[in-house]
Amino acid sequence: MSAGRKVYIVDGSRTPQLKSRGKIGPFSAGDLAVGAARPLLSRLALSPGLLDEVILGCMMPGEREANIARVVALRLGIPQTVPAWTVQRNCASGMQSIDSAYHNIASGRANLVLAGGVEAMSHAPVLYNPAMVNWLGELMRARSLTQRLQIVSKFRPGHLKPVIALIFGLTDDIVGLNMGETAENIATNFNISRQQMDEFSVRSHQRLARALDAGDLEEIEVLYDANGNFYDHDDGMRADSSMENLAKLRPAFDKKYGSVTAGNSAQITDGAAWVLLASEEAVASHNLPVLASIQDSQWAGLDPAVMGMGPVHAMTPIMQRHQFGIDDVDFWEINEAFATQVLGCLSAWQDDDYCRTHLNLTQAVGEIPQDRLNIDGGGISLGHPVGASGARIVLHLAKILNRKQAKRGIASLCIGGGQGGAMLLENEAA
Amino acid sequence: MSDYKHWIIARDAENIAWLHLDKADSKVNLLAGEVIDELSNILDTLNSSPPQGIVIVSDKTDSFIFGADIKEFTSLKDAQQAGQFLQRGHDLMNKLEAMSCPTVSMIHGICLGGGTELSLACDYIVASNEDVTKIGLPEIKLGIHPGYGGTQRSIARCGPLPAMSIMLTGRMLAARAAKKMGLIDEITPLRQLKNAAVDYVMRAPKRKKPALLHRLSNQSWLRPLVAKQLRKQVAGKAKSEHYPAPYALINLWKRCAGNKKQMLAEEIHSVAQLAITPTARNLVRVFFLQETLKNLGKQLEYKAHNVHVIGGGIMGGDIAAWCAIQGYRVTVEDQSPERLAVTYKRAQNSFKKKFKRNRRAIRDANDRLIMDHRGHGIHTADLVIEAIFEDAEVKRSLYQRIEPLMKADAILATNTSSIMLEDLSSALQQPGRLVGLHFFNPVALMPLVEVIHGAQTDAAVIQKALAFTRDIGKLPLPTRSSPGFLVNRILMPYLLEAVIMVAEGIAPEAVDKAATDFGMPMGPIELADTVGLDICRNVASILSSTLGLALPASLGSMVDDGKLGKKSGQGFYRYNKGKAVKNKNAHYANMQELQDRLIFRLLNEAVACWRENIVENDDQVDAGVIFGTGFAPFRGGPIRHIRSEGSELLSTKLDQLEKNFGERYRQDAAWNDINS
Repeated sequence: MSAGRKVYIVDGSRTPQLKSRGKIGPFSAGDLAVGAARPLLSRLALSPGLLDEVILGCMMPGEREANIARVVALRLGIPQTVPAWTVQRNCASGMQSIDSAYHNIASGRANLVLAGGVEAMSHAPVLYNPAMVNWLGELMRARSLTQRLQIVSKFRPGHLKPVIALIFGLTDDIVGLNMGETAENIATNFNISRQQMDEFSVRSHQRLARALDAGDLEEIEVLYDANGNFYDHDDGMRADSSMENLAKLRPAFDKKYGSVTAGNSAQITDGAAWVLLASEEAVASHNLPVLASIQDSQWAGLDPAVMGMGPVHAMTPIMQRHQFGIDDVDFWEINEAFATQVLGCLSAWQDDDYCRTHLNLTQAVGEIPQDRLNIDGGGISLGHPVGASGARIVLHLAKILNRKQAKRGIASLCIGGGQGGAMLLENEAA
Repeated sequence: MSDYKHWIIARDAENIAWLHLDKADSKVNLLAGEVIDELSNILDTLNSSPPQGIVIVSDKTDSFIFGADIKEFTSLKDAQQAGQFLQRGHDLMNKLEAMSCPTVSMIHGICLGGGTELSLACDYIVASNEDVTKIGLPEIKLGIHPGYGGTQRSIARCGPLPAMSIMLTGRMLAARAAKKMGLIDEITPLRQLKNAAVDYVMRAPKRKKPALLHRLSNQSWLRPLVAKQLRKQVAGKAKSEHYPAPYALINLWKRCAGNKKQMLAEEIHSVAQLAITPTARNLVRVFFLQETLKNLGKQLEYKAHNVHVIGGGIMGGDIAAWCAIQGYRVTVEDQSPERLAVTYKRAQNSFKKKFKRNRRAIRDANDRLIMDHRGHGIHTADLVIEAIFEDAEVKRSLYQRIEPLMKADAILATNTSSIMLEDLSSALQQPGRLVGLHFFNPVALMPLVEVIHGAQTDAAVIQKALAFTRDIGKLPLPTRSSPGFLVNRILMPYLLEAVIMVAEGIAPEAVDKAATDFGMPMGPIELADTVGLDICRNVASILSSTLGLALPASLGSMVDDGKLGKKSGQGFYRYNKGKAVKNKNAHYANMQELQDRLIFRLLNEAVACWRENIVENDDQVDAGVIFGTGFAPFRGGPIRHIRSEGSELLSTKLDQLEKNFGERYRQDAAWNDINS
């Protein structure tokens, strides 16, 4: 239910989402967050000193970016007196930051908050393994030459085996499954075919291509690198994506019998997204435009082995609290971590049994129409920079509501570790 | 003991005497006569009951001692007076050096000239390694060399080669570099500086000698050889007839380095002689001209928080990058990301040149420089700098579009080099907000910015533009809006004359040599190539109608053939890896005639500008031409040059030139008023 005072999304911006192509991308997490926020701050005729705080979601900041929110705020020229903090809720870090800002404004602690999410997945560190770390430690403590030689002689090739942080970051160590394997679980549970997943994926690319052509992604701000390149669109998009092409891909996780492939999963990408949130008073006193208001938000927990079902668990309480049926919500953004996971969510809400057993409902909620879900593409076509996606879908949903002059929308995502998050927006002008 | 005007003395529990310099009525510490006399008295008093040690510190924020008071310099009439003046400083330094207790100079902030020499007379020098700390002996830039014992003592400390390099270049060293060269003993963060000073007093360690190699090169049998080498290096930069000081310094060392007493005595003699040369007098004047221009920017407190640059080309992009380097948040607007990507890449080179490998400084400059193809920045900008191409109609329609978007009190500055402000301001609702900020290319290197005001420009807007220019570390020159403003107008006849001479068949190398022999930093032909012949042609053709300049046909045909100068690899010269390929054997029989033809066109136009009050006074004409074109600084500027050569003599020469070469040498009406 409403957390107190009314909270508005004033405006927002994001970077293009840049697909990781096997090498470190041109921008660090800090660079991405700065690049997305600068145009936003320069077009809002608002002194940054008026901000009450800056909140940034991020799963793996760079090694020089402890409390990346503060690093970014200072790099943006936001006064030192404005505090900043970083939030981490895995894939929902960007939505967590908006939710935290929402609560602080609603409760009266703040009036203006810059909130967003960022992830530079291509910058995820590659670490030394513990044997190597210990060996280096011994070597540094060695005093004499003989000691040193002794330790050098203990070196083994195995010491060089790297620890790839991204792989561990995308693996749930409680249940011992990586995210792709949890998606395979959902495919099995709901009997979702490879064909369905690939169809969903092709549509995602087509929708993104249409949105790009139509200029419906105006929240993207151009990034520039030191070599004279510029980046103005989500570069993982494949306008030529087709069933034939996707069919050629081998399953990425359950290699022999599975159906989740790189083509029907979210891309590994780098990106950042921000929104500026304001109280009603702040909107009035600074004469700010508004995109939408935040009406409600919800977090939910579930079995980590089917973490992709998170959205239905988070959206259901919102629907109940407001006594909404499917038709009361005009547009839906459900983050596409995996095609099968979104399809699983759709199936679950149409399944009396699932709704009764898992969601405490008496009957199925109904079918979310495809033409009101992720209408401009999603993680499969434009990538899922984990810490950023939550902020991206909230911002884009607000933009859709304005564009379509629609009233209500829900943004939701699944969260590694077995959680779901959802946020209800309303466009009061509609 | 606090009965001194400029010094405060405090003895601490360890009986260390802390001598705080806080020069009265001055923002910075200068080693003025009074300051020297007081310190001398203080040392006498301290000698009667010697403290544990002495530490010299500055009470000014982030600055130590800027050097001698150059104003006192200008009152010296002859070498004898100069000698007496220097002797006073020498007596103090000798006294300080002879103190029985350990003496420490504790440097934080700028320490130059006399300040460095005072430090060298101490037993130890400790300095903060903060960015603001810079140490140098820049006397050479004023046409002299160190004269308070700094030549002998710097060589004794770091050896002749490092010391000579410091003195001959006059460059400012960061604390780390000064330590590495052996000029100072210790560097620490500011927070530990006092502890370091106390430590040196209490420990009084033996001072390190310069490295063997450096001691060796100070041997009498090696010195002539090294001196020859040094002279050769200097000759590549400055001619001895123009700049005698570096040669005098090398000589002083070569002759006297073996004998401290002799070297100190001869140093006085050498500087006394140099100080009264026209070169030194003119360079001192240039120094004060620079201070005058700086002060023009200090009349008003003004800070533009947001700067918006329209046009990301070479000028616009470089101006934006420079502002970002100087700490401003800048948005740069151009038509497309494609164009801004080029702008952004170019800015990276500016940042690297400025900040070397300082990753944080480069990151911060990048964070301040915002590529803005949607033009968001216009709404919040306090200052909008327009740097699009030179077309009055296009500029006017741009102004009409952006004025409603600008903040009510925002200033609009144009970087036009040739269009009159009056031709542009008509497009504005508030014509008073339009001012010119004429930067020169390359922005990072050229110190001058002409601040152009039309009749319509608000007085407050002019003041703000001057303050902004000063704040970004440039020298503002208030200039009346008229064709070519000051610098281009004076430069253009000189450049065109060079082009005419080449068209006559004279080798460009000879033309350029005539100019560099006069003392120009670069010959006019090479300069035209560097600026770009297309740009030269544009400016010249705009000026030709109003100033009656004939446009040489050769210039136009070269541009049409795509020979644009350095940037296209071929202009008057061919360029190989950015360097002009010159024929070393090029020759012309009457070099004096070439020089006169070039210089008199420049002088005559300078007189015209003076008569027309394009800038406020003759000093500003000289300042503009020196800082805007690099005109031989040791000659003190065109008007000063006419005065010192004698306007009558020069006007006769000018008449002769008119007879020989036509009416472009017709004497300006004000020529005879120059001496009055």
